[in-house]
This record gives sequence, structure tokens and C-alpha cells, in this order.
Amino acid sequence: MLQRTSRARLADAVSPWFVLIGFNLFCVWAATGYVMGQTQSKEYAEPEWYADLWLVLVWVTYFVVYIRTLARRAEPHIYVANWYYMAFILVVAMLHIVNNLALPVTWGSGESFTIWSGVQDAMIQWWYGHNAVAFFLTAGFLGMLYYFLPVRAQRPIWSYRLSILSFWGIVFFYMWAGSHHLHYTALPYWVQTLGMTFSVMLLVPSWASAGNAIATLNGAWHKVRDDAVLRFMFVAAVFYGLSTFEGSFLAIRPVNSLSHYTDWTVGHVHSGTLGWVAMIVFGAIYSMVPKLWGRNDMAWPKAVEWHFWLAIAGTLIYVVSLWNAGITQGLMWRAYDEGGALSYSFIESVEAMLPYYAARTLGGGLFLAGALLCALNCRATMRAAGNRVDEADRPLATQPAE
Amino acid sequence: MLKLHYNLEKVSMGLVGAIIAVASVGGIVEIAPLFTIEETVEIPDDMRPHTPLELAGREIYIREGCYACHSQMVRSLADELDRYGPYSLAAESAWDHPMLWGSKRTGPDLARLGEKYSDAWHVAHLIDPRSVIPVSIMPAYPWLTRDLDTGLIEDNLAALARLGVPYDDAMINNAMADARAQSQPDSDRADSVRDRYGEDIAVRAFDGDPSRLTELDALVAYLQSLGTLTDDAHEMFGEDAQ
Repeated sequence: MLQRTSRARLADAVSPWFVLIGFNLFCVWAATGYVMGQTQSKEYAEPEWYADLWLVLVWVTYFVVYIRTLARRAEPHIYVANWYYMAFILVVAMLHIVNNLALPVTWGSGESFTIWSGVQDAMIQWWYGHNAVAFFLTAGFLGMLYYFLPVRAQRPIWSYRLSILSFWGIVFFYMWAGSHHLHYTALPYWVQTLGMTFSVMLLVPSWASAGNAIATLNGAWHKVRDDAVLRFMFVAAVFYGLSTFEGSFLAIRPVNSLSHYTDWTVGHVHSGTLGWVAMIVFGAIYSMVPKLWGRNDMAWPKAVEWHFWLAIAGTLIYVVSLWNAGITQGLMWRAYDEGGALSYSFIESVEAMLPYYAARTLGGGLFLAGALLCALNCRATMRAAGNRVDEADRPLATQPAE
Repeated sequence: MLKLHYNLEKVSMGLVGAIIAVASVGGIVEIAPLFTIEETVEIPDDMRPHTPLELAGREIYIREGCYACHSQMVRSLADELDRYGPYSLAAESAWDHPMLWGSKRTGPDLARLGEKYSDAWHVAHLIDPRSVIPVSIMPAYPWLTRDLDTGLIEDNLAALARLGVPYDDAMINNAMADARAQSQPDSDRADSVRDRYGEDIAVRAFDGDPSRLTELDALVAYLQSLGTLTDDAHEMFGEDAQ
């Protein structure tokens, strides 16, 4: 995408491979860390210091490749998708470094102590944690949305001004919102209130992005109906709008008193990751794979349709069951009987979860089945590679700047 | 404004600078004051750090991922006070690197767990949760009966001391002996653990067997210490610390 929107080749031949392999190595370390008990226990930042340092190295290389490629661009303007990628790379680096500052116990051991402690640690953790959602799980994927959706729909982005507004809104507002994870805790009240306020304001740039994407489809609705790939992207934008609304809602203090610590939060995160992040990725995969292997379409077009409905059904079942689970937990924990005693013991609220967790497993299973179908479809497409070359793949003559 | 942005998006390093500047504001305004305003955390006079054995238990708590399902932060809401006890104070986790407030209660909050159940209950519950709570969905941790690895215990205290936790040289140098002595109430060294960490600490054979120092000893000692490092929260509510 960077190459296409800049009309320039990647800046280096070796370092992109280092980023690819290095990042995956980090993922392997992180995942095995859970199993082996090598964790610093910070949410979304579990890997220990050696893995964290490695990631910094990979990430800096990533930034250098990115900025050097951008410097070669034949377009005078940097396309909006690339603003988001830039914010993604820069802010994730900022968050990662600050939150993971730690003192290793000895250089020979994997263990370390976070230099932050107590309430400051909690604030830094959720400043990080919430913006891991914002910049790791949103900014990069908005970049995909801003490129693949207009390309697939063959329509220009609806509003340039709205893109500017929502981009800077997201970069600015999100960084304040983390403290809504700490309502009613030992964090000073004014910080909680600031976090809540900015979380609500965040709805403006979030809906501006989602609205911009959906308005771009105006005049192309028949394509949304007929093309499952574009439908994936449309649904992603809708889920993005819905889960950001839910996020702002859950950040309001009294709502949070019910929802916090329950499965509602888990459901909310999954409506974002399954409904928004994964859907836009599927849309991007189905756009890219045939192009890269010189074909007009995926090898099994019908499987794309199947995948779409499996993913939608899976996500909805998953999210709705966890809404019910979370609200049930929240209400059971705070219920009093006439005598003024708590109505339920904790374990009764655990027992009540059985049907919801069963439904959640079913939903997750459907979603996973869809993803497997996608992987098989990609494999089949790669094996049946063609030799189609797009008009646009040929270098364009340089045009004078406007 | 639009013209300004039109030009900004032609300069990649300009965009880099602008993103860093705009993204930094929120963090600076919300985080920096927490380190400078003194009222953020007031350490009570009776506050003690974790003993070496409890600290080893905390490492096991983290290793086994207990924090993923159990929070350690009682919020200031009526039902939580009734269910768990006084709400958590900032000071109580002031020496926790990192804090273990958690974000999900698949199981109950543990901030006020200390001395609520017997050691024998904890041992049975950790080895097989269904033996004491038939419908529990907690995983079993039968391997905790193995010997505790005390190899890093002194280094752990030293590292925390460097980060500002009040462990003195005697505490660091005796860490390994103190860990063992806290689970051997009849040994000569039991009193010196009390001298260093206070009369209120629990000195017991937590897993029921004083001859072996196991991971269960450490984890149960840690669980029994939760919420007992200071009486401040209880005093604020005019309650007697149990």
C-alpha cells in the first residue's frame, strides 16, 4: 500500500525481511511467554524485557524503512492512509517504551520489575493499554480502510476535510481516554473525570471516520450487495462505528460501575477486534491476494461469501452472549435483598455464566471456521496463479504538481 | 487551516513531528502530576513491604496468570464494600512493581483476601478447587507442591530496593533464610523475621509441612498477606482489622 500510494519501491531489500521475521519472532516469544509463565503481568504488554528490547529494534527498523520509502515518493502529497500508518508506528513506539521500562533482576534471568508502581503504574498501564487499542488496533486498520475501500468501490473518499478532522481528533483525544479503565479506583478523581470526558468526545472523530467510509460507498451500494469483499469492508466500518459508540458509553462513570470487571468489557473488545479489525483485514486479504498472484478473483469466490456469513454470525453470537453475561454479572454483584444483604454469592454469578460461555464458544468456533476457509482459499488462489497485470501496475509518467 | 494542512502533508518529517507533539499532550497532563502532587499517595506509618516469602509467592501469582481472572482493587461502591471490605487505597499498592489491580473478575476480587480463609483451605483450593467449591471453574494447580526455587530471592529484593521499596541491607542479605524461617514457626530464626518485618506477619507452616519449603508456602503466604500490609483502610472505616 505504501508503495502504491507513493508510487515508489520499498527503500531497502534486506531490512523489510528483518521487520517481518523479527516481528514474528517477537510474537513467538510473547505467546510462549504466556505458556512458560514468563510474563510481567501488564495487560497487552506481557512479554519480558528481552522481548521488549528486541521489539524496539524491530520497530525502529520498521520506521526507517517506512520513512525512507516515503522520502522516495513520486506523489507530492502523502495519502491519508499513510498518515494513519505513521501515527501507528510512532505512537506505538512511544507507548511501548514508556510502559515497558523495567529493571531486570539479573542480566541472566528473564525476570524484571517494572520501574513504575502502584497508582502511577496503573495510569501508565492504561494510558498504554487503551492506546494499544487506538494505535495498534485502530490507526493501522483505518489506514487499510482508507485505501482498500475506495479502491474496491471505485469511488473517491467522500470528504478530504473530514479525513483531516478525524485523523487529528483520534491522535489527540485517544491519548487522554485511558483513565476510564480506572473509575472508582484509587486513581485521583480528577484524572478519572478527564478520561471520561475525552472518551465521550472521542466519539466525534471516530464517527467522522466511520461516516466518511460509509458515505464513500454512496453510488456503489449495488457493489456492496454483490461483492462479499466490499461487504466485509462495509461491515467493518459499521462495527467500528458501533464499538466506538459502545466504548464512549462504557467510559461514562455510572455505566462503568456496572460493566467494569465483567464480560461486557470482553464483549466490547471483541466487537472491535472481530467485527472491525478482522473484517477489514479479510477485506484487504481478498483484495490483495488475487492481485499479487495475477488473477481477477479468488480461486473459490463462493467460499468468500460463506466466510462473510460465518464471520458475521460468529461475531454477533459472541458479542451478544457476552453482553448478556456481563450485564448479568454486574446486576448479580450489586443486587440486595429486602433485608439489606447481598442477594448472591460470587460463585452463583459464576454458575450463571454457563449458557453465555457456551454460546460464546459457538460464536468463536463459527468465526474461526470462516478464517480457516479464508486460509484455504488463499492457498488455492496462490496455487492457481495467473499472469494478469493491471494497467495501474505500470509506472505512470510523472505528473506536474497541482 | 486547510491550506496549512495541505502543505503539511507534503513534508513527511513535519507530519512526524506534529503527530508526536499532538499525541504527547494527553499523557503529559494526566501522568506527570501523579508523580508531583503529594496527595496522590500517602504512605501510612504502619505500612510494611512484602516479606521475601510473600514476594516469592507474588512472583508465582504472576507466573500462573492469576491476575487475568482476579482483580486486587476494591472500588468505592456500596456492594463492593459489603462483599469485599474497605475500598483499596493508593498506598496499599505503592510498592507493587507492577501493580496487580487487574481488569476482569472471572473470579472474585482478592485485595482483602488475607486471613479470610485458613491455610489448609487455600492449599486444598489451589491443588483442587472443586474439592472445596464444587461448581468452581478455576483451574487446578497441583504442581505447586514442588520445592520453591529461591535462587533469585536476594536479587529480587535488591532490585526492588533500587526502585525505592524500603528493603534495607539486612533484609536483602537474609532474604533466603527469612523465606525459609517464615514457614518454620518453631525454628530459632522465626523471631528474626518478625524483628525485620513486624509482629503482625504470619509465621506458619503454610502448606502444613515445615520441613519443606514449597511453592505453596510462598503463594499461600502471599495470599494471606493481601490487604494486611497496613491497617489504614480498616481504620478509615472505623472497623477492627480482622
